Amino acid sequence: MGNCADVIIIGSGIIGNATAYYLAKKGCSVIVLEKSDHIGGGGSSRNGGGVRQSGRDKRELPLAMYGAANLWPALSEELGMDVEYYQKGNLRLGKTEDHLKILNGLTERASAQGLGVTMIDGKEAKDICPYLSEEVIGASWCPTDGHANPMLATLAYYRKARQLGVRFITGETVIEIKKYKGKARQVITDSDVYEGETIILAAGYESRKIAASVGVDIPMTQALLEVLVTEAQPPMFYQMLGTAMADFYGHQSTHGSFVFGGSSGFEDFNKSNGTPVTNSQTASCICRGIMKYFPCLSSAKIVRTWAGFIDVCADHVPVISHVEEVPGLILACAFTGHGFGISPTVGTILSQMATGEEPVLNIKDFRYDRFHTKI
Amino acid sequence: MNKRNDRFTDIGPLIPQPDDDMIICRCEEITKGEIRKAVHDGMFTLTEIRRYLRTGMGLCQGQTCQKLVKSIVAKELGLTPGDLEPAVSRAPMRPIEMKILGNDRKEV
Repeated sequence: MGNCADVIIIGSGIIGNATAYYLAKKGCSVIVLEKSDHIGGGGSSRNGGGVRQSGRDKRELPLAMYGAANLWPALSEELGMDVEYYQKGNLRLGKTEDHLKILNGLTERASAQGLGVTMIDGKEAKDICPYLSEEVIGASWCPTDGHANPMLATLAYYRKARQLGVRFITGETVIEIKKYKGKARQVITDSDVYEGETIILAAGYESRKIAASVGVDIPMTQALLEVLVTEAQPPMFYQMLGTAMADFYGHQSTHGSFVFGGSSGFEDFNKSNGTPVTNSQTASCICRGIMKYFPCLSSAKIVRTWAGFIDVCADHVPVISHVEEVPGLILACAFTGHGFGISPTVGTILSQMATGEEPVLNIKDFRYDRFHTKI
Repeated sequence: MNKRNDRFTDIGPLIPQPDDDMIICRCEEITKGEIRKAVHDGMFTLTEIRRYLRTGMGLCQGQTCQKLVKSIVAKELGLTPGDLEPAVSRAPMRPIEMKILGNDRKEV
């Protein structure tokens, strides 16, 4: 294969890889360009693995519901490797009346959108997950939520797409997109030039700089989040967990280890040299959060911690959009840390957009030109 | 500076070897054959191998097997071990209990 393809995808995160797979399945030729040395080197391999519908913005909820109903359950079989998907429900926990108010609000809004999520009391929560602290007085419960292994899911899409003939190149830094006769056509990297009928920009926060080369700007910023993992524990529970205050979130993996993401409150201010490096205070803070809800884990050993950047959109939902001023360009960025769970749906939609089909869901809420000043 | 790495590169067929059943990563019980197959599945960097197979993700965090994995992957790709970047070492240096790691703050 030369440097020309039907579709050039910039970014080999799970969004780019899923899109490459669904396009290859339709018979399109695809080239994926990745700046990092590693496939899925950014947030796709660094997140908490939630496949959640509850707690989502109402604009994003249909994407999550479609994926949980139609794509995630058969994904391992489809991609020919286990992505460790569990659909065992999501508990969002509360310990105070204020917490319950937050959870009630989230639950009411999601129910109004047609999601099966209910409020349960502390005892019902303990029936579902007996390891909870006595202090938990209530929770929201969404039985169709779940989690998967983000590293495996990202690599599974890559592996399958590669088997179907998609060309992936890592260590290839995109400098700019160039128009030809008014249409996005060329992708210029630091070492080569690629050409495609359609160019999909799915490079996380880095998308901003690349989009600027064709005069498009998406208001987004970067935040650094952290995750930690314990040594393997005996099988305990397979619900996805969160809290009203979002102190931490996580689950037990197939391997037995617990994976917990969380925050210190300094996410927007952590120093950055361009590489996601953990802060010495954050893991300790996450541990304190976990132990308040799961005292039984206080002797579990932390074996590893890591950090990852998320691309935070001004209004906290992604941009998934054609660009009217730049025909041939599709944006898929600013996922705000919610991208993993909706990636199969988004990959499906992007593959439909790139081939001129009507997307399976309405995506008008994710347009690139929806941002307006406050006055 | 990242190295350009075209995953379309033909690395030849996966030929079975008599010692493919040998365990390389003892913590996670990953064999040489599994590592070689992962390379042919497209995992061309040690970081990808680690995420794909869990080599070096167990209690010792790769302190035992890292060099072995590196040489197996390099050989499969037709490279020398020095051509491959090691996977990143992560904090903490030793496994540490949550109640101890979480006890870094002075009570006031």
